[in-house]
Amino acid sequence: MPRDDGIGASVRRKEDFRFVTGRGTYTDDINRYGQTYAAFARSPYAHARIDGIDTAAAQAVAGVVAVFTGDDLAAAGVNGLPCGWQIHSKNGEPMAEPGHPPLAQGKARYVGDAVAVVIAETRAAAKAGAEALEIAYTPLAAVASIRAAKAAGAAVFDDIPSNNCYDWELGDRADIDAAIAAAPQTVTLSLVNNRLVPNAMEPRSAIGDYDTATGEHTLFTTSQNPHVIRLLMGAFVLGIPEHKLRVVAPDVGGGFGSKIFHYAEEAVVTWAAAKIRRPVKWTSDRSEAFLTDAHGRDHETTVTLAMDNDGKFLALKVITDANMGAYLSTFAPCVPTYLYATLLAGQYTTPKIFAGVNAWFTNTCPVDAYRGAGRPEATYVVERIVEEAARHLNIDPAELRRRNFISPDAFPYQTPVALEYDSGNYAGTLALATKAIDYDGFKARQAASKAAGKLRGIGFSAYIEACGIAPSAVVGSLGARAGLYESGAVRVHPTGSVTFYTGSHSHGQGHETTFAQVIAERLGVSVENVDVVHGDTSKVQFGMGTYGSRSLAVGGSALSKALDKVEAKAKKIAAHLMEASDADVEFKDGVFTVAGTDKSVAFGDVALTAYVPHNFPHDELEPGLEEQAFYDPKNFTYPAGCHICEVEIDPDTGVIEIANFVAADDFGNIVNPMIVEGQVHGGIAQGVGQALMEGCVYGEDGQLVTGSYMDYCLPRADNLPNFKVSTQVTPCPHNPLGVKGCGEAGAIAAPAAVMNAVTDALRSVGVTKPIDMPATPSKVWAALNGA
Amino acid sequence: MYAFTYHKAESVADAAAKVASADDGVLMAGGMTLLPTMKQRLAQPSDVVDLGGVASLAGISVTAETVSIGAMTTHDAVANSAEVKQAIPALASLASSIGDPMVRNRGTIGGSIANNDPAADYPGAVLGLGATVVTDKRSIPGDDFFQGMFETALEPGEIIQRIDFPIPKKAAYVKFPNPASRYAIVGVMAAETASGVRVAVTGAGPCAFRETAMETALAGNFSPSALDGVTVSPDGLNADIHASAVYRAHLIGVMAKRAVAACG
Repeated sequence: MPRDDGIGASVRRKEDFRFVTGRGTYTDDINRYGQTYAAFARSPYAHARIDGIDTAAAQAVAGVVAVFTGDDLAAAGVNGLPCGWQIHSKNGEPMAEPGHPPLAQGKARYVGDAVAVVIAETRAAAKAGAEALEIAYTPLAAVASIRAAKAAGAAVFDDIPSNNCYDWELGDRADIDAAIAAAPQTVTLSLVNNRLVPNAMEPRSAIGDYDTATGEHTLFTTSQNPHVIRLLMGAFVLGIPEHKLRVVAPDVGGGFGSKIFHYAEEAVVTWAAAKIRRPVKWTSDRSEAFLTDAHGRDHETTVTLAMDNDGKFLALKVITDANMGAYLSTFAPCVPTYLYATLLAGQYTTPKIFAGVNAWFTNTCPVDAYRGAGRPEATYVVERIVEEAARHLNIDPAELRRRNFISPDAFPYQTPVALEYDSGNYAGTLALATKAIDYDGFKARQAASKAAGKLRGIGFSAYIEACGIAPSAVVGSLGARAGLYESGAVRVHPTGSVTFYTGSHSHGQGHETTFAQVIAERLGVSVENVDVVHGDTSKVQFGMGTYGSRSLAVGGSALSKALDKVEAKAKKIAAHLMEASDADVEFKDGVFTVAGTDKSVAFGDVALTAYVPHNFPHDELEPGLEEQAFYDPKNFTYPAGCHICEVEIDPDTGVIEIANFVAADDFGNIVNPMIVEGQVHGGIAQGVGQALMEGCVYGEDGQLVTGSYMDYCLPRADNLPNFKVSTQVTPCPHNPLGVKGCGEAGAIAAPAAVMNAVTDALRSVGVTKPIDMPATPSKVWAALNGA
Repeated sequence: MYAFTYHKAESVADAAAKVASADDGVLMAGGMTLLPTMKQRLAQPSDVVDLGGVASLAGISVTAETVSIGAMTTHDAVANSAEVKQAIPALASLASSIGDPMVRNRGTIGGSIANNDPAADYPGAVLGLGATVVTDKRSIPGDDFFQGMFETALEPGEIIQRIDFPIPKKAAYVKFPNPASRYAIVGVMAAETASGVRVAVTGAGPCAFRETAMETALAGNFSPSALDGVTVSPDGLNADIHASAVYRAHLIGVMAKRAVAACG
């Protein structure tokens, strides 16, 4: 009988008790003895020369302890924030990589750029001090959009007059152009992938602390990857060796990518704490979060798909401009390149693909990975143009996809854009989804809507993504300045309980439950007897953190390897206790037995023997039972599936209601179905948000127009229907758990499904003019009325 | 938030005296606009005089002709009042659509109309139902109360005590919310009253206004189709990233028809 808390069980999340009862420990909940508070003076201009900073009035504010400017940090030898990925342009030149000082020097380059920091006894005094700073600015012309960046004129950096970061391409442009020119059928679309503000529930926070006795620095921070922050900040920015720098990311309230990156505030509070020899705390308010948390997406793309007359895809050409913002955030350059163009084959056999990508500097908040990171943009391009092709050829969109799917027996499948897909069954998830939404009944539902004065449309998104970015050797050759493995250590305690130390980081994903289930399954201990430790560089040896849906596929595989080692050693101890050969020992449900005998010994007895080694094979083994493993994947994993959305539009107002939304996903093996379902729900909500509501708007002057929830629209529960979600299992063939990753699928798949449905509904009344995300009521009404 | 001196008023007279004697004093009703503004350091009053303890300002009384609502009555109290639901269901419904539960349990009718946010709901009710605003100094007809964006007929230090709503024959309020803030992009109160048809619009312009062409059209035929030929000019209407003036003008027509239809 399977365990009720092992792999495949919907175990309630262990961590939720402390979260829902308000007993989590987030960074802002931590207070250190003698703590001071930091407030940052931020540029009110998108682009301005800093002519001088007079700190006297700020220093005079009651309670102010210290004031530091960019010049102070430079004089102290503090370096700029590093970029973790180097892209090379098509001409072989490395990307333009301007410096990113933690506090601006000479020029401020976006509204919110930190110019100085004031440290005080209270938060109020720090804010008063920051306001009292006399900063002389000369406003400069702002480059507020991709269009402005491409135009001759203002430059974000004086030494990069073109504003171009890189001009990168993948594929043979001439070959694809020729294929398109020769093709019987082509369709072209211009698409905007709208800029998003990440909006984690917990704003960013950082506390720097310095132990004058040991010389150890500690940074408490809202991070998805504390070891990466230790490496980047210690080695590159502050020059602190690892053994004197501890980074703790305790409970973290959501990240969606925005807490991967190394931010200026982390370096400033760590440096300042050592400088003033007192702890320094900073917590972002929501307004600062809108201005400074790295934004997501912001692509402008033109895509052409060439086909034969039966709809067989022949070639795909994608030309994209990507907005990098004012500086290169930690992983920004890889998002519109290796996390984007490599996914443009989608689920299809398109034989020829070309992608050309230009990245641009603008006077806006830096842009970096946000839930999906490149893959939502790729899926949006592919699935919008495929739907457009179906309309152009008058072929049913499900049928057109089936004609072009990679067949289940074609794996491993080498795409023309570098990736080798490992496994999949795309027709399978399409069939699940069309059945779930009653695709055959759509025409009748559309007629009923029409009779009620409403417009109904349906849209598909047959997405693929690549999770667990890897292997390290490959990403290194593509410009990554980090490895992409994971570590895990299983410590079995004397009485048989277990602590698992993982380099993955949970900021809402439920790792404390999922990893415990894997251990329960393997060692036969209950999930209550397993604790998962993460987020502290002094406890976990090393780790690359959590992003790109990698925790179970990579971190779980490290766990699995460590469990192999634990089991192997435990078997030897059990064999000694049972006076048998370890080759004859079997381990199941927490009990060791010797085949063909009635001898048995429980896992707990083996654990006790390991630590009270009175009767122990000392010649062969050391006492103790703890094993660590690193896992560097052989390949990405490739979750895929089909989402279908059905919308109903009120033509009088332009309001879109999502009438039905179904998701059929293939995540490989599933450890906790409830957690997976929750991840899918959250992802779809974010995807619907991007499609219909969320749009980050900067004015031509570079001022952030959508700087609060008064203007930036997040989806609410009443914007969403009950989703129908289901899964198909095609195990990943190259990792030990057979898992693929589920954290981003909804956000990747949903926007194209929603927009295909919206444009389908508009077409039902003859409106074919393209409409961009977010499809707000005013935009839809304008489209319907030719405005 | 900057430092300020907090006062809890004992009575209307006490509140008036305290705000008058302050350097830069403000009255606080529910604080739903004032407090966020202060937290963002956009307002820096020297003194805040809290009306929350003035018992005489809160409460609802209903006669055969009038619903009187004290200035400090919360939106939640109006939304859930059996008497208001009976006498003017449109008013209870409007109150139930303001903000979220936290706002409805703190925000007050007096605070809302004294602030006169262009996107607030209550100004639509005061105008659309022909209410009278009763202050500590005088009675102000609703038609004269709203004078411009965040501007009212209130004099400095003048304190609203209650709002008297004549009970209409029928009325309904329909709004088109801003997708982000859920304030009204357009809200329309349509009413058939003893003194004639009233159509008031909030959200669309700098402050709430009556749509007299619609009132005329509905006077002889109080039905949605009576509005078919009535167009609304976008001139002078608000425009922002959520809605152009043209779209707002169009929505006034749609919401007005729906309000008339909802009157039954």
